[in-house]
Amino acid sequence: MATTYRTCPSSGLQFENNAEKLMRWHAVAGVLWLLVGGITALLVILTRWPAIKLLPADEFYLILTAHGIDMIILWILHFEMAVLFFASSTLLRCRLATPKLAWLGFWLMVIGGIVCNVAIFQGGSSVMFTSYVPMQAAPHFYLGIILVAVGALIGTGIFFATLVVAKKDKTYQGSLPLVTFGAMTAAIIATFTILSGAAILIPTFFWSMGWIKEIDAQLYRMVWWGLGHSSQQINVAAHVSIWYLTAAVVFGAKPLSEKVSRFAFLLYILFLQLASAHHLLSDPGMSSEWKVLNTSYFMYFAVMASMIHGFTVPGAIEAAQRKKGYTNGLFEWLRKAPWGNPAFSGMFISLVGFGFLGGISGVVLGTEQINMLMHNTFYVPGHFHTTVVVGTTLAFMSITYILVPTLFRREMILPKLCQIQPYLYGISMSVLGLVMMGAGTLGVSRRHWDMAFSGAPFQYEWPGAAYLMMGLTGVFGVIAVVGGGLWILLVVGSLLFGKKLNGGKVSDKPTPIPLDTTAASATAHTDKDDHVAVPGTVVLALLLLVTFVLYYFVNWKYLSEVWLLS
Amino acid sequence: MAENDDDDVPFMQKLLDNNFLLLFLGVASPGLLYILWGIIDIMNVPLAK
Amino acid sequence: MSAILPPSNRLWWKQPIDKVEWAWIGIAFVWGMIMFVMMVYWHVFGKQNLSNEVYKTTPEMFAAKAEKFIAENTLRTETDLNGQQVPVVKIPPGGDGFLIARLWNWYPILELEKGQTYKIHLSSMDYLHGFSLQPVNINIEVIPGYEHVVRMTPTKSGTYAIVCNEYCGIGHHTMLGRIYVK
Repeated sequence: MATTYRTCPSSGLQFENNAEKLMRWHAVAGVLWLLVGGITALLVILTRWPAIKLLPADEFYLILTAHGIDMIILWILHFEMAVLFFASSTLLRCRLATPKLAWLGFWLMVIGGIVCNVAIFQGGSSVMFTSYVPMQAAPHFYLGIILVAVGALIGTGIFFATLVVAKKDKTYQGSLPLVTFGAMTAAIIATFTILSGAAILIPTFFWSMGWIKEIDAQLYRMVWWGLGHSSQQINVAAHVSIWYLTAAVVFGAKPLSEKVSRFAFLLYILFLQLASAHHLLSDPGMSSEWKVLNTSYFMYFAVMASMIHGFTVPGAIEAAQRKKGYTNGLFEWLRKAPWGNPAFSGMFISLVGFGFLGGISGVVLGTEQINMLMHNTFYVPGHFHTTVVVGTTLAFMSITYILVPTLFRREMILPKLCQIQPYLYGISMSVLGLVMMGAGTLGVSRRHWDMAFSGAPFQYEWPGAAYLMMGLTGVFGVIAVVGGGLWILLVVGSLLFGKKLNGGKVSDKPTPIPLDTTAASATAHTDKDDHVAVPGTVVLALLLLVTFVLYYFVNWKYLSEVWLLS
Repeated sequence: MAENDDDDVPFMQKLLDNNFLLLFLGVASPGLLYILWGIIDIMNVPLAK
Repeated sequence: MSAILPPSNRLWWKQPIDKVEWAWIGIAFVWGMIMFVMMVYWHVFGKQNLSNEVYKTTPEMFAAKAEKFIAENTLRTETDLNGQQVPVVKIPPGGDGFLIARLWNWYPILELEKGQTYKIHLSSMDYLHGFSLQPVNINIEVIPGYEHVVRMTPTKSGTYAIVCNEYCGIGHHTMLGRIYVK
């Protein structure tokens, strides 16, 4: 299997030829889906903005279905495949296992994505991303998603196989790098996700063909969310890995403790997927015991893990900055951070937004009883726009500012615009999430064409504040679309017109990771001299905790005031 | 790292270095707690009178 | 050396954890336990818990029970905005009431009394629907084939709307029901 290895002169990263091509193609495919997803996003927003109400009902539901599939499955999965190949082949400096199979996986994902979109835009499959039975879509809607899932499963398998190759070829010594370990966490969650998806979507495809008479609606919801929610947990593991990656690349930051960070990833591996129960807390068919144990990730162990990552990532940055001499006061390290570097600013907004908005709202939403206040309201998309978009998409966007010069060997065009893009997108998307949650708190439904209920047998008037929130959703949604569109423009523009950079030395053999950076000493030295206190991070973490506790109990207070239920 | 050094590696580190064991655990945990228990719950719903 | 390289200390698990980190891990753990206990506590002492009383049913069976309930307890009929006659049905205090979710209405109109407890049976005739009581903001999933018996005690009198908040097709936004609390 002849292949070549290229060492990027600016970053020192070593790209294997096959892996490099696959990463590029997956990234480009992802960006194209993000473009479709962004156009549909604009149409969704302009329809839910009460003052505009752009589309008629049927087109709205069609577009909303496409928005969900194209963003949450196609954009993110394609990008994640690139992340997996990067974390295995590139970081471990080895060849990618079975590149031919990897291309098969890629093309299955591309074809599946197109097939599914054709089904949606033909009009007979406006069943939303969740495609709950017994509402039926065209068979090729399900078939498309199944093809994408098979392609992604192949990519995941290749990730694991590449770990084996690296071990066998001894391209690294000791344990996996932390970022690779985090990516493996994502790959493990992906495996469960895709198996759940296969378990429910293949029978649903048969049902749409008329080969199976009926699928139980509650069973569908339970197994489908093993796919639907866990796929978002892949994202969490992936973007947390990217936070560590960015901290390492931009600051040379070293994890505060390998042990703590890896243990936190282990908690993800064991418990994060259980949160699929978040969507079934107000369902009839599941017992309270099942709900409580699953929704809490087995007693909130995965929340603990996220709180650990939320501490160790900024902590690692603070430690690195303090070593460089930014030691004044609590926050000089943060004030003097490279805020003009979009890779850093995007990553930091992603971290803060995910923690303060996405994380807290997710745990509150996932509290069994409190869920009744928010289930299926606009709060739910508000929440996941602060996790999947501010958390994951923004992390993916920010790492691209590093990948374009190293992986695609192009200089980013329009650097001034690159600098403002993460702020424009991250802040508007965060505010968007907040006002969506505000509307949901007032009761406004998700996936609903007309909050004025035209044609309904009765009248119901939402409070004026709900209309205000929906108006703000429109305003900030449009700004966010502009911010996302700007990123696509900058990336595609740079790929086409950016200054070509030197690709670096090419060799037909991998250069292993030098020994002196790894298991140099056989004795367990304690790094005592390395130790740096991180008081600023402690303050930030305590701020998060106070916000979390207050918001959590405020919602119990709200709950105690509604009708009694038993 | 020579193979004979493995003796002093703590158990937890060995676990965290064992990719395929982690893969198994990561599929088995939600497979049992979420999927299997969920199916049992749904099957235990009694018929309406 | 850094997160993109293998750990520099081969035996990284033996490396001690800093006190501040331990403290944060401890705080996160305790907070998680508090949140876990809150859900259990609320099951025992809280007044808002979703009922676990549920039965497998069929649309036909559920509709038959609901029709019987409507025939026996109808107070009056009302003309809705679309000119349809809708029965207003009073549930006897402490008794059972039935609410049908179907494309695209909630049927019938229920009449309740403040401070009384009712067993409200929810099911769907076709697709999934979402019972969203407004402006109280209680939201419950309604699933075809499942009869969910929810005990509700209204705490304030007034006219309440039931919005459907689970997408159920093109007429989803017209699916609005009504509950009176005297």
